[in-house]
Amino acid sequence: MRRSEAVALPLLALLAGLAAFGVFLLLLGKSPIEFYGYVYQAGFGSAFSWENTLSRAAPLLLAALCVAIPARLGLVVIGGEGAIVLGGVAAGVTGASFPGLGIGGIALMAVAGALTGALWIGAVGWMRVRRGVNETISSLLMAYIAIALMNHFVESVFRDPASLNKPSTAPLEEAYRLADMPGMAVHWGLGIGLVACIVSYIVMERTTWGFAARIVGGNVRAAQIQGLPTGRLVLGFTALAGGFAGLAGMVEVSAVHGSANGSLAAGYGYTGILIAFLARHNALAIIPVAVLLAGFEASSGLVQRRLDLPDATMLVLQGLVFVAILVSETLVGRFRLFKPETWVRA
Amino acid sequence: MNGLDIGWWGVPIAIIGGAIRVSTPFIFVSLGECLTERSGRINLGLEGTLVFGAMAGYAVAFHTGSPWAGVAAAALAGMLFGLLHGWLCSLPKVNDIAVGIALMLFGTGIAFFFGKPYIQPVAPDLPAIPLGWWTDIPQLEAALRVNVLFVIGAILAFAMAWMFKATRVGLIVRVVGDSTDAARAMGLDPNWVRLWSTAAGGALAGIGGAYLSLYYPGSWNEGISSGQGLMAVALVIFARWNPINCLWAALLFGGAGALGPALQSVGVSEGYYLFFAAPYVLTLGLLVATSSPTQAISGAPGELSITK
Amino acid sequence: MIDDRQFNRRGFLKSGASLVGLAAAGSLLPLSAARAAPLTVGFIYVGAKDDFGYNQAHAEGAAALKAIEGVTLVEEENVPETVDVQKTMESMINFDGASLIFPTSFGYFDPHILAMAPKYPDVRFQHAGGMWSADKHPMNVGSYFGYIGMGQYLNGIAAGHATKTKKIGFVAAKPIPQVLLNINSFLLGARSVDPTITCQVIFTGEWSMAVKEAEAVNALADQGADVVTCHVDGPKVVMETGAGRGMFLCGYHASQASLAPDKYLTGAEWNWAQVYTEMVNTMLAGETIPNFVRGGLAQGFIKMSPLGPAVSAEARAQFEATQAEIMKGGFAAIKGPLKDNKGNVIATEGQSFAEDDVALESMDYLVEGVVGSIS
Repeated sequence: MRRSEAVALPLLALLAGLAAFGVFLLLLGKSPIEFYGYVYQAGFGSAFSWENTLSRAAPLLLAALCVAIPARLGLVVIGGEGAIVLGGVAAGVTGASFPGLGIGGIALMAVAGALTGALWIGAVGWMRVRRGVNETISSLLMAYIAIALMNHFVESVFRDPASLNKPSTAPLEEAYRLADMPGMAVHWGLGIGLVACIVSYIVMERTTWGFAARIVGGNVRAAQIQGLPTGRLVLGFTALAGGFAGLAGMVEVSAVHGSANGSLAAGYGYTGILIAFLARHNALAIIPVAVLLAGFEASSGLVQRRLDLPDATMLVLQGLVFVAILVSETLVGRFRLFKPETWVRA
Repeated sequence: MNGLDIGWWGVPIAIIGGAIRVSTPFIFVSLGECLTERSGRINLGLEGTLVFGAMAGYAVAFHTGSPWAGVAAAALAGMLFGLLHGWLCSLPKVNDIAVGIALMLFGTGIAFFFGKPYIQPVAPDLPAIPLGWWTDIPQLEAALRVNVLFVIGAILAFAMAWMFKATRVGLIVRVVGDSTDAARAMGLDPNWVRLWSTAAGGALAGIGGAYLSLYYPGSWNEGISSGQGLMAVALVIFARWNPINCLWAALLFGGAGALGPALQSVGVSEGYYLFFAAPYVLTLGLLVATSSPTQAISGAPGELSITK
Repeated sequence: MIDDRQFNRRGFLKSGASLVGLAAAGSLLPLSAARAAPLTVGFIYVGAKDDFGYNQAHAEGAAALKAIEGVTLVEEENVPETVDVQKTMESMINFDGASLIFPTSFGYFDPHILAMAPKYPDVRFQHAGGMWSADKHPMNVGSYFGYIGMGQYLNGIAAGHATKTKKIGFVAAKPIPQVLLNINSFLLGARSVDPTITCQVIFTGEWSMAVKEAEAVNALADQGADVVTCHVDGPKVVMETGAGRGMFLCGYHASQASLAPDKYLTGAEWNWAQVYTEMVNTMLAGETIPNFVRGGLAQGFIKMSPLGPAVSAEARAQFEATQAEIMKGGFAAIKGPLKDNKGNVIATEGQSFAEDDVALESMDYLVEGVVGSIS
């Protein structure tokens, strides 16, 4: 696909989705202008709005990578939520078990979270390679299992007896809490997410591994004929994807919660699916898409309070935008506007 | 209730009862998904259809006073979602898995959006058939109080199996599912067949949702579905695209779901979260055990994206 | 701790000022800004505000504030206990000018309210259920809660008279102190009628999970329980399923009588309307709400649903006598001799834990007669 088309078409689709939602609002007797005004005000209209949006975007960047990376190999992994919650538990327990290491403690927690996530989604890849189990289904089942394990861990095995009415692992010491980035009330999770997206982009688009992965994604049989180690590529990239999701769990524990508990299952893994598809599994495109969706969510409250719309409003909007972007795929290559060489003949 | 103390016998009875009570939505959604997948298309959005069906069914039952009108409305709504999914997927280059996820979001979103006013009111329930009239054990009698929809679902499973095996419609769906080219060669329009298979599948999922809100647990709220629509997709693969196996798989899954509370009720309460995860572990374990890395799963429709 | 933490219409300011220790110092601190009307009050709910339960109880309390002149009410529902709730609080402060915020879910307290309070020292954060402590927490945070265990004790009395099988059931979300106190109180109330009664508890593990709640009720009925109550966020499913199995029902959080009027015995309800009206009036008067507030039946924090038609005259007599006893204050449901269901001694002869004993807020046992375990 041409570069101009790759940018313009999703943007047009986004506008079409927003317009469709505007019609929906009109049918309900609400003003779309007012609605989008509030979305702008609460999502992007002030310093606080940007902080709100970027804080929400932080875990979504990593969660979306968990979908986008396997997708380049032709795999649809929808169970990133499982790696997030278990990565969070691993980070929380590790942090509480090894006190007094300063910045090294944060690194240790990150490694624990990422490793757990890598093993969890890597297992999905392993089942795919070794047993031929469909990764969409297995990752979904594994997400349910992970949430049950997480609840079991934080409520019995690793529960801090002092956590009375909200069962949690032992609280982290202050030095293990990720601080805010300089100049804004947004924690370092955002920085980690941005770096992860950029690194992923370089790996997928600029290295031989990424090139090999994309060949596998294009056609498994062709990749095998060329002698590519498809099994190892699947294992490696699913583990990498899971590692990012596990890291998202670690960030939540270290920057937001201060201990691992049931609130880790916040649905970021599922929003990540949406973002990855909207970004067409391009790691760099994940950044603006995640920020846009985070902005929608940041404005959800104000919309609820000012326009008396239910909280599910944003789900409807997301669904419509998602559908519009998917439909736009069918238009790829149909517009002569994006094929300058055909202009002459016209 | 005479308070007969049945102790540990409560566990198998609870599993039987739970299998019947909890399985019905799984039966309908997995049969719907089975039909759709046999035509060569996957619909991951049935979760959204199920939730919307639950809401629409409850709302219509509340306004009309007739639970059957609710079921009909849920089926109709489900069919519309199915048609939408079928149409979107028939566009070239559109990924059916992604459309499913998008419609899952849209379906749940719009169900929650319009469902707010129906959380409070009480709608009439679907009737049950007392199949346990012959027993003196009240627990067994309660377990065998079977909803009409369960019976319909069970019959439908056999009917669908017969349809695939012995009817022209079944043959057409199977051919389209196995090879688009072969279907075209026979003069069939694959998109048209898939469109209506997806629509019928959606209607069944809608009915599954109506069972949730109109019978068990029997009210509409935003936590009504605990992922039944998504799980059904796993169940179909597990059932090898055979409608009768879908029935058994749904019963197994429902029974496994009743295990946790039943064990707690006889005093086994350590690690209840792990018992709650039992159905998922069971399904995953069986999938790993029965899949093969070298060949497509037996029974899989050739055109299905997730098994290619 | 102290006895005069309770709070009622007349004694509100007095008891606030009489709080000993640092809490009292806090209430005497001058406010940084004069809070003349109008006042914007924000309410944040973790679930749907019409759930027949926890969130509805708070929302009904909030709705009562609309009657007060100069008060603007802003609400948001389905707010998860993540960065979401922090940003919702900030959004209410920045966009709506809220200066009094009620984040009503337990999980909102630590770390979320504690993260926002120092950032917005002029805003008052009032949290339901938290354990505010002067040496750990900011002064612009307050926690309040009610002795609803007493309501479950009264539920237990109604249940104890109604049960024929001598087995009653409890559907619980998670084994945390607030829930354990309710389970224990429910059984002890029933045992005050007949000491042979046992209570079966089933934990669903989630605050809101309809199918599991329904399965739990069926499992209880299968084991012969003929009265059921619960502690989950929305009791609607438990009540409807229990009625379907022919069980008697004791409500919780709000009144569920309308769901099955014949089977509904009574229920332990929150009465937040009075509490919130009081707190808002305090703010409007330019005074400070005490940081740590608790109250029971006597203070109007909780109330009982009217007794249903299935309650016998004998049951009514004992129910009303006990209720009158509780209204006097200092009632103890947990009193010796008492063991837990593993045989450990909880209270020796003569030892008792009154309703306002803070030790009850860290309960970690199920009393003898409760079938179930907490790990």
